This record gives sequence, structure tokens and C-alpha cells, in this order.
Amino acid sequence: MTTTLTSTHPDPAWRGRVAASVLALLLLWPMLVVTEFKPWLLLDWQSLSATGRFLADFLVPAHSSEFLLMLAEQTWQTVAIATAGLTLALIGAIPATLIINEQLSISRLGTGRMHPLARAVRQLVRWKMVLLRSVPELVWALLFVRIIGLGPTAGVLAIALTYCGMLGKVYAEILESSDARASNALLANGSGRLAALLYGALPEAAAELMSYTVYRWECAIRGSVVMGFVGAGGLGQRMDESMKMLAGAEVSTMLLVFVALVALADLFSKTLRRRLG
Amino acid sequence: MKTRLPPPPGRDWTVISLMLLVLLLIVASFASLPLKWREFFTLDAVRSTLELLAGFAPPELATPFLIKTGWAAVETMAMSALGTLLAVAAALLFSLPASGRMGRTARTAMRAMLNVLRSIPELVWAAILLIAAGLGPFGGTLALAAHTAGVLGRLFADALENAAPLPEQSLRTNGASASAAFFYATLPQTLPQMLSYTLYRWENNIRAAAILGVVGAGGLGQMLKYHLSLFQMQSAATVILAMLLLVAMVDGVSFALRRALTR
Repeated sequence: MTTTLTSTHPDPAWRGRVAASVLALLLLWPMLVVTEFKPWLLLDWQSLSATGRFLADFLVPAHSSEFLLMLAEQTWQTVAIATAGLTLALIGAIPATLIINEQLSISRLGTGRMHPLARAVRQLVRWKMVLLRSVPELVWALLFVRIIGLGPTAGVLAIALTYCGMLGKVYAEILESSDARASNALLANGSGRLAALLYGALPEAAAELMSYTVYRWECAIRGSVVMGFVGAGGLGQRMDESMKMLAGAEVSTMLLVFVALVALADLFSKTLRRRLG
Repeated sequence: MKTRLPPPPGRDWTVISLMLLVLLLIVASFASLPLKWREFFTLDAVRSTLELLAGFAPPELATPFLIKTGWAAVETMAMSALGTLLAVAAALLFSLPASGRMGRTARTAMRAMLNVLRSIPELVWAAILLIAAGLGPFGGTLALAAHTAGVLGRLFADALENAAPLPEQSLRTNGASASAAFFYATLPQTLPQMLSYTLYRWENNIRAAAILGVVGAGGLGQMLKYHLSLFQMQSAATVILAMLLLVAMVDGVSFALRRALTR
């Protein structure tokens, strides 16, 4: 009885499993070296005492009225950066969408083939959108901080450029994936492009466009906090300063405010999307 | 001939007031921000901007610098992979209480913790963890792990909650231990979903790792910040190009994989 059991391993696939584990460890080793993965550094006395002091400060968040007032102002600035950036992005994205959108092509009607010039212009604008959104917003912010100096202007411009690329692409996709029959009928009967968009394509897609915009606004708020860390104003910049001074109590309050802000934006965008969707 | 038009739709006042609120928000934002448009659009500013942009023009292409950039890219990839791996381990652990296997209070508490982990962005985590871990890629790896653990923990917990309960119950009623029942009945059901979430987050983390270094957490971002702060624009241009290339590569691979898998 025992001999039959030992001759067959309880796990029939054990060879493959062991080989895969060894291979994974072999792959893991160079990664650990490259990332300087040294967890024992965390337990080093010096870093432990610094972290301990920092974290001990966390327990009682800073709450002097002066600090809270400053914080409220910075929080509003964060929201304002996101809103202003998104508004500027829309100013760029909406015309781009109108150009890219293939549903509004008149030369396509009937033959199904677009005029080569129209196609070239569309492709050109599409590439511009790709270029705008493929540079991360933080890199844009870093560049603008170099050009204009510290402050919210860099953040607004960074959000405007990145989100212009994103919104332009997604708006065009949403419009193109909506039912084309209404706008086609309008165009074929001689209506203008703008009328075809407003009365044909937009009613189909308005809810989806709106909810995507609100979602992006929420993302922009998160992005504007992060961009503050490179000096683009708002809550992030203050957080960076407090962090450099190891002021744990201030960082703790700011993190709480930040989490609350994100939750609030989430809630607001959810209600707005439900109302409009 | 009089055409019969359908009656116009009624006005929805909630939507109108919401729109007014949004308009107010936009106006207030522009009014309250100290935006420096004037400085930005003066002839002087335009000239200095153009000068700065011209400084990028030939990206630094000397071989030693390219090798250095290549290593930074490898470091970025390693950070993202290791961060995701740590996050998966943590998320598997967190998802057990968060899926309600250890009582309601544990579920609520763990979900709240995951929410906090998730709502703090990677970059903020990196800035916090640098205090404990020091400058370099290690802090960045931990930061990616912290944020991703929050995201994956919640997704894993949802997957576990949505798994069919009968297989595990039948193993338990037939005398299997709790851990054996979990490993042989529930985990195999959810594993494919968990794997696809993990791959998706890894893709995100590569993008995040590329810029995480801006606060000093290693990889391409740290190089970018370093060269930009020294006004070495040509080196910075190379690093930005490397970032774009890395992200484009990841996008291409994930697009191809998705297409291959869904076909």
C-alpha cells in the first residue's frame, strides 16, 4: 500500500511547478538587484528613528486654525487647477473632435471612400492628439515649471495639453461608435456638418460624452495634486514642502484632506453622471 | 400646409441648475487662480520659451549616455514588475478578510484600509516612503506596491465574493480542511480573473514607474528631473524620448496580446 503511494507523487504536476518556481526565482534575482531591494534598510536604526518620529507626528494631525485656513485655500486651488485645465482642454478637444470624426465626412457618403485630403487632415490631427497625450502630465508640468516658474499656471497648462489629447480621442471614438443613421440621413439630405452633429450624432452620444468628461475631471483633481510635487501649485506643493521638513502632523492632515477630496469628487461625479446619464 | 411637430421636451430644472453650478465652478476657478498669462504671452516670454525648446533639439545620442538611459529603463521595468509582484502577494492576503471570510467587522475594516491605500497616488506614496527607504528605486518599488495593493486587494476581494460558493462548500462538507477547500475550489475559479487584473495593473505600473522618479524614486523619472534641474536639455530630451518609447512599447505589446487572446 505504502509503496504504491510513494511511487506516485501526490501532485502529478510537481515537476512543472518546481521548474516554474526555479525559473521565477532566477528571473527575480536580477530584478531585486536592479531595484536595490534591501528591506533591511527599513530596519536600520537611523531610518527607523526618523520614520518613527515622522509617524508619531501623524497621530495628532495639525489643526491650528491658521494651517487649516491655508489648507482650505490650497485645496480650492487644486480643484481650480483641475477645472481650469479641463476647460482649456475642452476648448482644444472639441474642434479636434469635429475634425477627426468620420461620421461627419461628406465625401464618404455614397462611395464609402473619403477624399484623400480629408483623410490626410484627419490623420494629422489624430497624430497630434497621440503626441499630446503620450507625454505624461507630470512631464508636461515639469517642463512648464521650467518655462514659467513655480505656480498653478504650469499645472493648468499641463492638464490642458494632456487631457486635450485624451478627450479628443475618446470623444471621437464615442461619437463614431454611436448610431450613424441619423447623422447620415441628415448629411445625405444636404444639411451642414454642424447641424448633422448637433441634431444627429450628439443626442445619441451626449450622456456618454458627459459622463466621460466628469470622470476625467475627477482624474484631473488627482493629477493636479500629484503635479504639485514638481512645483505646479495646490495641495501637492504644500505636501511636498511639509514632507521635506519632516512635519508629520501637517502631512497627516493633508493626506486626510486629500483622501476626503478624492472621495468627494468621486461622489459628486457619480451623482452628476447618474443625473445626466 | 402646416407640419405637425412633436411637442418640445419639458425643461429639466435639475440639469439646468447643475449646468449653472458647473459654469460657476469654471468661472470661479479662472478668477481665483493666479495665472500668469500675461507673462506667458509677452514677446520676451515667447522668445525665452522658444530658446528653451530649441535647446532640446538634438537629443543627446552619445553611446555612454544611451547605455545609462537604457539601464534607467531597465530599472523602471524592474521596479514596476517587482512592485506589482509585492502588491499581488499583499492583495491576496488582504483579500481574504476583505471578502468577508473573517467576519463583517474585519471586512469593513479591511475595505476601509484598502480604500485609503488606493486613494493615495503612487507618487505621494513614493514621497512618503522616501523618508523610510531613502532615495533610489527601492522606495519607488514600495510605493507602487502600496498603491497597487489597494487596487488589487479590492478587485481580488470582489472576485472571491463573486466566485460560486458551492464547490468550496461541498469540499468542506466532505471533510476537507478550510485551506484545502479554498486552494482547490475557490482560488482556481478566480485565478484567471486575478491574473488579468494583475497584468492590467502591471501595464499601468510601468507607466507610473517611468515618472515616479521625479520625486527621487529611481528609474527614468529621476534622470529626467536631474537633467532638467541642471538645464541639460539635450539629455532630458533623450530621457523623454526613452519614456515615450517605453510607454509606446507597452501599449503595443498589450494591444497585440489582447487581440491575440480575444481572437
